[in-house]
Amino acid sequence: MTVALELQGVSCTFAARGDPGQRYTAVQDVNLAIGAGEFVSVVGPTGCGKSTLLNVGAGLLAPSTGSVRAFGQALQGINSRAGYMFQAESLMPWRTALGNVMAGLEFRGDPPAQARAQGEEWLQRVGLGGFADRYPHQLSGGMRKRVCLAQTLVLDPDIILMDEPFSALDIQTRQLMENELLALWTAKRKAVLFITHDLDEAIAMSDRVVVMSAGPGSHVIGEFVVDMARPRDVAEIKMTPRFMELHQAIWSVLREEVLKGYRQQLQTA
Amino acid sequence: MWQFLKPRSKTLWLWQLCLLILLALFWHVMTLPGLIPPLMFENERQAAFFFGEPLKVWVRIVAWFVGDADIYQHLVVTLSETLMAFAIGSALGLASGLWLALAPMASAILEPYIKAMNAMPRIILAPIFSVWFGLGMGSKVALGVTLVFFIVFFNVYQGVREVSPVVLANARMLGATRRQLLRHVYLPSATSWVFSSLHTSVGLAFVGAVVGEYLGSSQGVGYLILQAEGSFDINTVMAGIVVLTAFALVLDGLVGRIELHLMKWQPRVGEVEKI
Repeated sequence: MTVALELQGVSCTFAARGDPGQRYTAVQDVNLAIGAGEFVSVVGPTGCGKSTLLNVGAGLLAPSTGSVRAFGQALQGINSRAGYMFQAESLMPWRTALGNVMAGLEFRGDPPAQARAQGEEWLQRVGLGGFADRYPHQLSGGMRKRVCLAQTLVLDPDIILMDEPFSALDIQTRQLMENELLALWTAKRKAVLFITHDLDEAIAMSDRVVVMSAGPGSHVIGEFVVDMARPRDVAEIKMTPRFMELHQAIWSVLREEVLKGYRQQLQTA
Repeated sequence: MWQFLKPRSKTLWLWQLCLLILLALFWHVMTLPGLIPPLMFENERQAAFFFGEPLKVWVRIVAWFVGDADIYQHLVVTLSETLMAFAIGSALGLASGLWLALAPMASAILEPYIKAMNAMPRIILAPIFSVWFGLGMGSKVALGVTLVFFIVFFNVYQGVREVSPVVLANARMLGATRRQLLRHVYLPSATSWVFSSLHTSVGLAFVGAVVGEYLGSSQGVGYLILQAEGSFDINTVMAGIVVLTAFALVLDGLVGRIELHLMKWQPRVGEVEKI
């Protein structure tokens, strides 16, 4: 299997602005490889640098040490083979839903008519065919996330980076979106690096779950292969014995870190 | 009857009109020679001399627009000065705001100068502009530009710096080049800030034009007011002020229309859409 995205010995240290003596190492010596077509989730306590890792993979952030490779090529600047779905609101508020989905195609220089057709097709695929001319503020949170999904996937990236994309959604919408994402992923089989704090979500969706330690200097402390058959339904799979076994195994590793992270937050607060 | 006239959103204009008539009536009563003025002034014409008379003001306005029809050339001058000052000031403000917000070093170097120029009472530049650009339209436009420029500049500067970092990162991930970022992210974001300042800047462009004319010119509504003041013709001064106010309102309404059209992507207070 070819490796789609590879992080080798990645560390990220931030210096406090105005006080270079005060340093914070978010992630330290992280090794992570995602195969082409593999769905990998990263779980960890809050503030463990999961998003930092994703930004490094996207090329938005250069690591302090270590190297990043996309399909064997060392990363220079933005990772052009990756699509990124952000946790926060990332749609351009001055563009309609269709305009947002078309944005990447436009930037790439596709002919407008072709971009429009493709954009409309993807809006339909995420169930928003009738909402093409709505502005983001006229859409619900779940709809905006669907637009984000279409916006990322319309460019057909080989690597999809997702930063807690559904964390702001209510539980029903969330399950719906998770299933939709799985269906879309099954059809295309791209490499996915999925960040979440929700262990259930991680196990239900992934081929592999990576556990990070609490920060500062967080690193990979465990990897679990999720050997459950696909296609899966995220709600149903949570009832199976294998799911519970995995959940218990991962949670036993994660628990200690979550408590550690919680204690640290209490101390600094 | 009261049910019909009670203040509500539909009869609002009626009440506003009543207030206007009431004010005009109050003005009329307080200045009409022989009515109330003799109780307050030694000379019964004194109130009319100082405050003007609404009827004569009205007659003056009608004469300007219908009778002699000689105000149009002055209005055209004042309005074109306003529009030019507004257009040039906005364009310059937008361009330099974008540039300085995206070039941190340049903005750091220029910061004290920008602060100084903004703190300076720029109306005082009017005499200098008269020397530089003469008594024609140029000096008025220049004054308006200095007033408008800083409003737009600071708003754009702020707007660009407050572009959501996530939206920016997202556009970069979608493959936007530096130029495309400028065109599709920074500019739209800054425009919303420009529009929030548009009402103020149109007003200031108008102020620049009129004040410039008032300080020295040969045409324009400000010039009319200056002439009338020279001959103690208070009614014409008042008429000029009324005309200017009316046109300021019209300009403001126009800006509101344009804003509504261009800023339709922005959520408005109280806007609820059924989906």
